[in-house]
Amino acid sequence: MRLSPDELIFWQAGFFKLNATIMFTWALMLALALGSMLITRGLSKELTRSRWQNLLEIVVTAMAKQIEDIGLPNPRRYLPFLGTLFLFVALSSLSSVIPGFEPPTGSLSTTAALALCVFVAVPLFGVAELGLGGYLKSYIEPTFIMLPFNIISEVSRTLALAVRLFGNMMSGAMIVAILVSITPFLFPIVMTALGLLTGMVQAYIFSILAAVYIAAATHRNVPRKIDPSSSRLVAT
Amino acid sequence: MDYLGLIAVVSIVMAGLTTGFGTMAPALAEGRAVAAALTSLAQQPDASATITRTLFVGLAMIESTAIYCFVVTMILIFANPFWNFAIAAAAKAAGQ
Repeated sequence: MRLSPDELIFWQAGFFKLNATIMFTWALMLALALGSMLITRGLSKELTRSRWQNLLEIVVTAMAKQIEDIGLPNPRRYLPFLGTLFLFVALSSLSSVIPGFEPPTGSLSTTAALALCVFVAVPLFGVAELGLGGYLKSYIEPTFIMLPFNIISEVSRTLALAVRLFGNMMSGAMIVAILVSITPFLFPIVMTALGLLTGMVQAYIFSILAAVYIAAATHRNVPRKIDPSSSRLVAT
Repeated sequence: MDYLGLIAVVSIVMAGLTTGFGTMAPALAEGRAVAAALTSLAQQPDASATITRTLFVGLAMIESTAIYCFVVTMILIFANPFWNFAIAAAAKAAGQ
């Protein structure tokens, strides 16, 4: 029984292996890029739009609203990165209804790569927002003793991101594979539906956690007070 | 029992125990989290979007520990390095 699509190798030349994970990732990239290019070719600003443009607008505005709810004040700036994470993982999970498709996120390589992207992006956004000194100072908040714990937490939550997504995707595929050999008709379909649900939830969780980490890194500790006219927190 | 059998028995038993014990505590914790979320939803239905989102994020964090146990079980069953090493050593000894 195959643990991940890594083990299905199509072509090999010494060190370079073309395995199923890479092929499925390329297929997903092609579908996302080609689909978006085709839909956004004739964008209309009128009240009537094509349904595909409507779909893309719903997806993009929903993601921007979620990012803003997390506490990031300028969602469009982070939307490319977080939106791509969500779309890739969600499409990878949704496409498992296509027979013969194995989600590339079911391989630890893909999820580790995505988690490493988040690991690199968080300091990048933090430095862009707070400056290098300001970002490094955030590691010794609230006290200097917290420095090793902050560093450890950075590393461990990246690892947790990778293993969480890998575990969920791999377990979904494995449950279906095992059930197909035991009770072929009803239960594999039920478990595939459950796998779709958990796949979408995990895609949402991955991007929301990335957004939360970025929000924590770009958070500015300014003293604030309540503005009496609008009853909201404003900077002093 | 020879080494090969010992490795196999311990791997199988620990694989079962890992998932068995490892899924108990996260299930209890998730039950408590959902109960608290339902209470706060009943008290403040207007904040349901925030509560639901925070609930899902919290559930994912709790679920992670169960996933760690599951990954260890899968490694023990399907990608067990000790078993592979012992099989290779036994094949080499038999081949001589």
